[in-house]
Amino acid sequence: MREITIGQYIPGNSLVHRLDPRTKILVTLAYMILLFALNNFYGYIFPVVFLILATILSRISVRYLLKGLKPLIFIITLTFVLNSFMIKGRVIYELGPLDITYEGLVQGAFMAIRLILLITGTSLLTLTTSPISLTDGIERLLSPFKKVGVPAHELAMMMTIALRFIPTLLEETDKIMKAQMARGADFESGNLINRAKNLVPLLVPLFISAFRRADDLAMAMEARCYRGGENRTRLKELKMTFIDMATFAVFTLFAIGGIASRFL
Amino acid sequence: MTITAEITAKDVCYQYTNSSALALNNINLTIKPGEFVAIIGPNGSGKSTLAKLFNGIFLPTKGDIFVNGLNTKDKDKIWEIRQKAGMVFQNPDNQIVATIVEEDVAFGPENLGIPPKEIRQRIDEALRTVELTEFANKAPHLLSGGQKQRVAIAGILAMKPDCIILDEPTAMLDPVGRKEVISTVNKLNKQEGKTVVLITHFMQEAVCADRVLVMEKGRIVMEGKPREIFSQVEELKKHGLDVPQVTELAYLLSKENVPLPRDILTVDEMVDCLCQLL
Repeated sequence: MREITIGQYIPGNSLVHRLDPRTKILVTLAYMILLFALNNFYGYIFPVVFLILATILSRISVRYLLKGLKPLIFIITLTFVLNSFMIKGRVIYELGPLDITYEGLVQGAFMAIRLILLITGTSLLTLTTSPISLTDGIERLLSPFKKVGVPAHELAMMMTIALRFIPTLLEETDKIMKAQMARGADFESGNLINRAKNLVPLLVPLFISAFRRADDLAMAMEARCYRGGENRTRLKELKMTFIDMATFAVFTLFAIGGIASRFL
Repeated sequence: MTITAEITAKDVCYQYTNSSALALNNINLTIKPGEFVAIIGPNGSGKSTLAKLFNGIFLPTKGDIFVNGLNTKDKDKIWEIRQKAGMVFQNPDNQIVATIVEEDVAFGPENLGIPPKEIRQRIDEALRTVELTEFANKAPHLLSGGQKQRVAIAGILAMKPDCIILDEPTAMLDPVGRKEVISTVNKLNKQEGKTVVLITHFMQEAVCADRVLVMEKGRIVMEGKPREIFSQVEELKKHGLDVPQVTELAYLLSKENVPLPRDILTVDEMVDCLCQLL
């Protein structure tokens, strides 16, 4: 549980850290779209170079960045294997009723690279942006849609609170688990269905306590004059600077390069 | 106009909707500006309910509560009342909103619409008062219970209240955390001049108050200076309460004809009195 690096923030003061969260979110979104717009291997040069550049500027260690791939190795391998077998074409190797084709291997590799770039790119965003500025950025980006009924502030507040309570609830899960184990509960043996059943004595107290916490928190927030997003000020105001503009410009160049590669 | 009372309760009754008994029965009290009032009482005596009436979280079923002259039933004034009378709750985990200490302290002022520059100043000031300046950028879940509770106090201080109500702030803490919080509370009252209402069931914490109120079954049954209250050991025991350990010792010794005053509250006083006897 504690090894997941996706969604973890590494404090720092690099150029990438200092970027406005809105810039980082928008560029990451555009980067994801770009990855899906590419149709050949040459096109990958552009996002790869962009990612390398961003990683160097962020001063995040490459090892740490790649660690984010670990929990997803299975999905990446599965994508590669499935593609290699499923796509019809020139047969390279026969494995019983299954054929590995040249086209399949190429397509599989193409998909795997896309996934790897997708994951590393998005983890770079979360590694360099604190949860608070991330939710702040999302709130600001969504605020134009308030007029059509998108609850931007509420969504951002929900995310903040969720992030705040993840460690608290993990700790609590641990505590309840130990308490139930002391009473003879078994969370580790048996088949899948039995194990799922055994989770009930863990989940029920966890839910009850989560609801009680929610109740307490609501009261504490009201006591601190919380009344929704109206007229609220923020400690840290978001400001787009020259660096943000430059980031957009640089990314646009890479994106144009990527799109152009489609017509090679 | 000079305000002569921070909080006034007039004939206040409170009844929970799902209960037939009155949680509070005809409470009348006045808390003066700058005063340190401790409210003690056994579980279910209504002391926490009373605290929640002080800043309009609950509204009295009968009677009125005035904070700085404002009635808590006045819907237009409720936010002003909550800003004036800040409240710290029992569970430190369940009142911290943000993932970084200083962001959490900023929560109150942000809600009040204070400009960012002033919020910054208020955070620095509040964290200095509770002596957590070096933790400004830490995640709250990495702090100890006592530290978390001090973050909660800083969050209230940043709203610049006149009065701070603490609802059993030490109930979930270890002895070290308890000491930290109580010395912070004392500092708020003595140095910052804040009115403090401390709800507690640890008698030792009520010793430093200016006035102690004892509650039982929704009524105020005893009221007076800590010394007056705690010297009435038998009376307190009748209400299901303990006295500070030293006071009890003094009481027991004087029962055995050791000539000790019955209003000893601290270990130091006890040592002094015993030395005089020798």
